[in-house]
Amino acid sequence: MSTAASVSPRSDPGIHPWWQALPFAAVFLAFFVIPLGLVLMVSFWDFNEYELLPAFTWRNYVSMWEGCGRLNEYGDFCVTLSTYLSTLKFALLSWALTLVLGFALAYFLAFHVHSVGMQTLLFVLCTVPFWTSNVIRMIAWVPLLGRNGLLNQGLEATGLIRQPLEWLLFSDFSVLLAYVHLYTMFMIVPIFNSMMRIDRSLLEAARDAGASAWQTLWNVIVPLSRTGILIGSIFIITIVMGDFVTVGVMGGQQIASIGKMIQVQTSYLQFPLAAANAVVLLLTVLMIVWGLTRVVDIRKEL
Amino acid sequence: MSHDTDKTRSEPQRRQILKGAAAVLASGMFPAIHAQEKITLRYLGTAVNQDKTIAEKFEADTGIKIQYVAVTTDEVTKRAITAPNSFDLIDTEYFSLKKIIPTGNLLGIDSRRIKNADKITSLFTQGTVAGKAVGDQGTAPKKVMYLEKPESKKFASAPTPFMTLIPTVYNADTLGIRPDLIKRPINSWAELLNPEFKGKAAILNIPSIGIMDAAMVVEDLGLYKYPDKGNMTKAEIDLTIRTLVEAKKAGQFRALWKDFNESVNLMASGEVVIQSMWSPAVTAVRTKGIACNFQPLKEGYRAWAAGFGLPKTLSGRKLDGAYEFINWFLDGWAGAYLNRQGYYSAVLDTAKAKMDAYEWAYWMEGKPAAKDIKNPTGDVLAKAGSVRDGGSYEQRMGSIACWNAVMDENEYMVRKWNEFVAA
Repeated sequence: MSTAASVSPRSDPGIHPWWQALPFAAVFLAFFVIPLGLVLMVSFWDFNEYELLPAFTWRNYVSMWEGCGRLNEYGDFCVTLSTYLSTLKFALLSWALTLVLGFALAYFLAFHVHSVGMQTLLFVLCTVPFWTSNVIRMIAWVPLLGRNGLLNQGLEATGLIRQPLEWLLFSDFSVLLAYVHLYTMFMIVPIFNSMMRIDRSLLEAARDAGASAWQTLWNVIVPLSRTGILIGSIFIITIVMGDFVTVGVMGGQQIASIGKMIQVQTSYLQFPLAAANAVVLLLTVLMIVWGLTRVVDIRKEL
Repeated sequence: MSHDTDKTRSEPQRRQILKGAAAVLASGMFPAIHAQEKITLRYLGTAVNQDKTIAEKFEADTGIKIQYVAVTTDEVTKRAITAPNSFDLIDTEYFSLKKIIPTGNLLGIDSRRIKNADKITSLFTQGTVAGKAVGDQGTAPKKVMYLEKPESKKFASAPTPFMTLIPTVYNADTLGIRPDLIKRPINSWAELLNPEFKGKAAILNIPSIGIMDAAMVVEDLGLYKYPDKGNMTKAEIDLTIRTLVEAKKAGQFRALWKDFNESVNLMASGEVVIQSMWSPAVTAVRTKGIACNFQPLKEGYRAWAAGFGLPKTLSGRKLDGAYEFINWFLDGWAGAYLNRQGYYSAVLDTAKAKMDAYEWAYWMEGKPAAKDIKNPTGDVLAKAGSVRDGGSYEQRMGSIACWNAVMDENEYMVRKWNEFVAA
């Protein structure tokens, strides 16, 4: 009897946890699930110049992929495919660069800076790029990287180059530079957080067992930081996949991105087309995130 | 007992209140209570036209408050269609009307209530400047100026008393150039794609406008003559976009721009020496002390026009207030203010009355400036002796080749434009 009584509160917690979950669930429902449902619904609607026509049509999804079965007259992929490839390319490159940079910086902060005060100070230094507005930060690259910018003038003065380097600005390079500059912080923070939770005695044990510094890094630190790496990766990939502001400003609006495509469509009131695009983008990002969580079981690790 | 004490206490209170009320009346605060009911008009439009000084002047003149709602051109159209209750007065471009009017969200403006309606320039009412017809390719205002009935969803083919929009500002766009870096005369649209400016040209990344600039180039290169650049067939869109893609692949464009400030930066930094541009952007580059011309070209200009419209939901005092604002706007002060910024106003006579003779001669008659020309905030725009690009009103507006437009094949055009951006 008495055991049954003591077990029952645990096996049947009653209604209380549901109440506790309710506020957040309500927010989630109102601001995420319902809007997403609407986007999904509208993506199947028809439209004309000035109104949305409730219907069920695959037209938006079909027109997105029109002409994608073959290369076009210039030997390129169709617009949707080449836009996705371009965005994926940026996501992959900026992910790799921010990972290497973020990991190195987090490693330095976690293992080579010993005082908490110093760690805090250096952390604050890492946030310097965020002290000005996003747009100003990006526009500030122009006088630095431009044709008559500081860098080109400096290089010309040293005689290293005769003609200004054109690829410094409004190019893949400048877009990538801005991404790395802006988003490395999103990699540093979660990796640093994981690293700080590594038991220092494990490192001692590795050293005692005769592991070299590289072996300790690769076999102890990297595996134990993987949740941080994963969370950082999810941040970077989702941000870059959806971005249209940075790629617009730094790419001179000449580099296609999915976000930009969606933005152009909404501004021309082609909401169903934009919604269809958004759904495909969401699925793509979800697939990537799902793939990443297959590699690291984030629930088990946290 | 208690009743008595209450009475003695309440009596002085009552007197005090009466005295207070009398003091309020005497001090003339009564009109203040009235003024609290004064109306506020929500003015939806782009920031370019929403000048704080104009709202302040109007409030000082009439007591009606203007609350600006500043959004982008595309957003203005979007709100007119999706949220017609969110504004009392809309300032939108004429080409947007092809999207807005079929929704029935705008009310035809009764021109009998507009004092200067018959003085609105003939460019809008008949499509002529100084008696000569100008280009009407695209959404020329005269095509969308009138409605059969106030609630009509269709445009009238001949003038009626019901106007869709009362024009606020308009102008004609062309290429902007850096004469100090190009060092030779530029006189045709084809120069935009001239390989000489490889990597130093830019085009507008607003599909419906950018494609018309491209069409001017295509025609000028002798590739094709469009029956209507503002309403292309699919084949014509393909041809135009192909020309752009080829230029882009050859590295012709340094950048595309969408925002007024972007175009100023590109030009001022020297990244770009030739690009499609807007008149106030050219002015902005010049006020930095950098040479920049709004270059007249032999094929003519691409014109645009914006105007006030009234939402159908407007009624009562707010409707009267909106009419009052429009009447005030056409009365000269606002027109003079806009003319000094390089735009043109709808009623020229009233604006002329509010401008100095030397200002009028510079801005409107294409004559050399007798004195330094200043903008409304007092910065010098042009030194004495200089002449406005494009000359007089008749010269500039008389050379309109086409108007900003929305095409029937808009969806296809936007898709092809995305292809150009992705190429």
